[in-house]
Amino acid sequence: MPKLGWTALPVILCILLGLAFWRGLSLDPRELPSVQLGKKLPAFQLPLLENAGVLSENSLPKQVILLNVWASWCQACVEEQALLMELAADRVPIYGINYKDKPKQAKQWLKLWGNPYQRVGQDRQGKLALDLGVYGAPETFLIDKQGIVRYRHAGILTKKLWTETIHPLMQHWEQQG
Amino acid sequence: MIAELGCLALILALVAALLLVGLPCWGIVKQRADLQRLDSYYLSLHCGFVLLAYVCLTACFLLDDFSVSYVMANSSVSLPLFYKLCAVWGGHEGSMLLWVLILSLWMCLVGFFSRDLDSLMRTRVLIILGLLSAGFVLFLLTTSNPFARQFQVLQTSGRDLNPLLQDPGFLLHPPMLYMGYVGFAVAFAFAMAALWAGRVDVSWTKWVRPWTLAAWCCLTAGITLGSWWAYRELGWGGWWFWDPVENASFMPWLVGTALIHSLMVTEQRQQFKAWTILLAITAFSLSLIGTFLVRSGVLTSVHAFAVDPLRGLYILGFLSVTIGGAMLLFVLRAQSLATTEAPNVVSKESVLLLNNVFLVVLMLTVLMGTIYPLLVDGLGLGKLSVGAPYFNAVFVPLLLPMLFIMGLGLHIKWLKDNLKRCLQSLTWAGLLSVVLPALVLGVTAKTWQWSAFLGLALATWVIITTLSSLRARGFKRINQAYCGMVLAHCGVAVTVIGITVSQTYGVQKDLPLAPGQEVLLQGYTIAFVNQSPLQGPNYTGVRAQFRVQKGEVVHTIYPEKRLYTVGQMVMTESAIDVSPFRDIYIALGEPQNAESWSVRVYYKPLVRWIWLGGFMILGGGLLAMTDRRYYRKRSAAGDLCQN
Repeated sequence: MPKLGWTALPVILCILLGLAFWRGLSLDPRELPSVQLGKKLPAFQLPLLENAGVLSENSLPKQVILLNVWASWCQACVEEQALLMELAADRVPIYGINYKDKPKQAKQWLKLWGNPYQRVGQDRQGKLALDLGVYGAPETFLIDKQGIVRYRHAGILTKKLWTETIHPLMQHWEQQG
Repeated sequence: MIAELGCLALILALVAALLLVGLPCWGIVKQRADLQRLDSYYLSLHCGFVLLAYVCLTACFLLDDFSVSYVMANSSVSLPLFYKLCAVWGGHEGSMLLWVLILSLWMCLVGFFSRDLDSLMRTRVLIILGLLSAGFVLFLLTTSNPFARQFQVLQTSGRDLNPLLQDPGFLLHPPMLYMGYVGFAVAFAFAMAALWAGRVDVSWTKWVRPWTLAAWCCLTAGITLGSWWAYRELGWGGWWFWDPVENASFMPWLVGTALIHSLMVTEQRQQFKAWTILLAITAFSLSLIGTFLVRSGVLTSVHAFAVDPLRGLYILGFLSVTIGGAMLLFVLRAQSLATTEAPNVVSKESVLLLNNVFLVVLMLTVLMGTIYPLLVDGLGLGKLSVGAPYFNAVFVPLLLPMLFIMGLGLHIKWLKDNLKRCLQSLTWAGLLSVVLPALVLGVTAKTWQWSAFLGLALATWVIITTLSSLRARGFKRINQAYCGMVLAHCGVAVTVIGITVSQTYGVQKDLPLAPGQEVLLQGYTIAFVNQSPLQGPNYTGVRAQFRVQKGEVVHTIYPEKRLYTVGQMVMTESAIDVSPFRDIYIALGEPQNAESWSVRVYYKPLVRWIWLGGFMILGGGLLAMTDRRYYRKRSAAGDLCQN
């Protein structure tokens, strides 16, 4: 064994750094714990986008649903829309929160990219988003039958995330009372 | 067609790079000179194809070919021509292509200028550079092809270039930064070639020094321009944010600075050889790590638009191969380079070693701060971010003694010196650097700030000792490289003055203002004259007119609030009334009601000196780099040993 001396030090440092980066790759810096996880949805009353009426926590059906925060100004929202349309075709109930948007542009956007939502509430000032701790659009929440937030994803929904995490979670909460 | 041509050019560039590595390597193993000599041929082939690919991507932008998804995401029909040219490197794929283009530019330069170099050494250097280039071209082709087509969106006018990047500073900043980053690849390749050969001689250091200086100069320019860009464009008057992307460029700069100093010892005294090699490896490794941090999305940052796990994985693999391989070779070979004699405690060698230690420790603290959130998250201890308070708290205490040694070190001789003699001969300089700033502060400043005094005193100390070293050295023995050093060291002092004064005596005011109202700030009357609607090529907005008045002198400036129509992004275009001694900086915040705006007004004394110092450092580097002694034939280069 040759004497390594100080020359081994940078090598060790490099290996440690490499390990840290390796671990870091599997982490998502945008994956933030929501303040609302495990709590009931805050009370809200949002005007509907398409027609008169309001979307409130009580008007949501007593089933497991997805609550998707989106906006027409959000480029990333376009990317997940195809997946949402697919899910809607499979009868997954998705409700939309139109975040800090103008109704006219929002409607146009839905015409262009498709509308997967059962209903869309307009959160023009972003008050509900603030209560939910929304980090940015798009963001998706999983709400169980009792109206409790069970899961939150900040960022674009992917096929992988749906099959591996969200779909099993939905089935799990569907079976729970 | 053009996009496909570009893609083909990239593939051919990869093939050429692999041949550039493979055949000469085989030639070295088999000791066949004919194969070794092929390097120049494949080098030009590789660089030609990379250039072709880049031209193709530019053409796609100019022709508004939105079926290329990268062009759709980063350009729009209404984007001005000038920004279309810059938009080529506005996103992830294009900026990686720019990276490869710049690497091949450096390779060409090395190939061209190193004809006098020992041909075996030259071939080795080119092989290593070819290997790096092949790795990056493969990265482009497999994970981030800029020429990929999309057919989902057919009728589009493009998503437009990120408004943040629509600034003239952006034309120069990223290419400059990349020139620096990638330039360290040359020093890295030389270091690897030396390890491969198993020896470091004087001629080696003479070859490496100008290349290192060239890369370091580009990096200096890139950082300075980046800081200036942040000040102008990010809207809130800061000039350095300790953002991971900024840190990623700052760390190689710190190590590059250490490398320049350590190369001097290796050149003059044939000491610190292993250490110099290690610094050369580290400087480039940090450039690569910077790319990894920015491009893989492990750290959130305003700059990191690309988040794709496969990319991160590839870069991490590439990092481990490159850095791991280099480190392994280093550990195996370093012992044969190490010198046994330790330098004297009081000698120029020791001072330069101390300087190296400080610079490396500074780099490590920045590295620690940058990846600490990642470490904490990785160990499952929660989410946090490290901000300016940490960096300021650790950086300043390290910087102060370094500035003191910077001045002292110039007056200490090689081999052995007497510290007492040296300090005694500098007593007058020490006194002057206490009295002078005290007088200046007493006369000009309204309040006495100890932190300002400390910064100014150390800056004065650096300037006085540096200038007086010219006399101590004897004017006859001053060469171009030495002038460069003097200029660069004074530049550091000027930057320190700029930072100290603008941080301690800068004043900031946030207030609602309506047209017709005015505010008093540090003796200046700042009046909001009126506002008018604004219509740009790809944005709309409001333009306000402000009058800045002191005594008889009146300036008018126009801050703007822009709404970029395609991305619906609001941007604050601040307006600055510039003078060498102070900036008045006005930014429009949010509209309060129909009439008034929330307005932020800054008075920043000497803030220009920060960048002035940066450009002085750059000038110093350029002077040292172009010292003619490095470009003479090797037979005449012997006089370098006599300093």
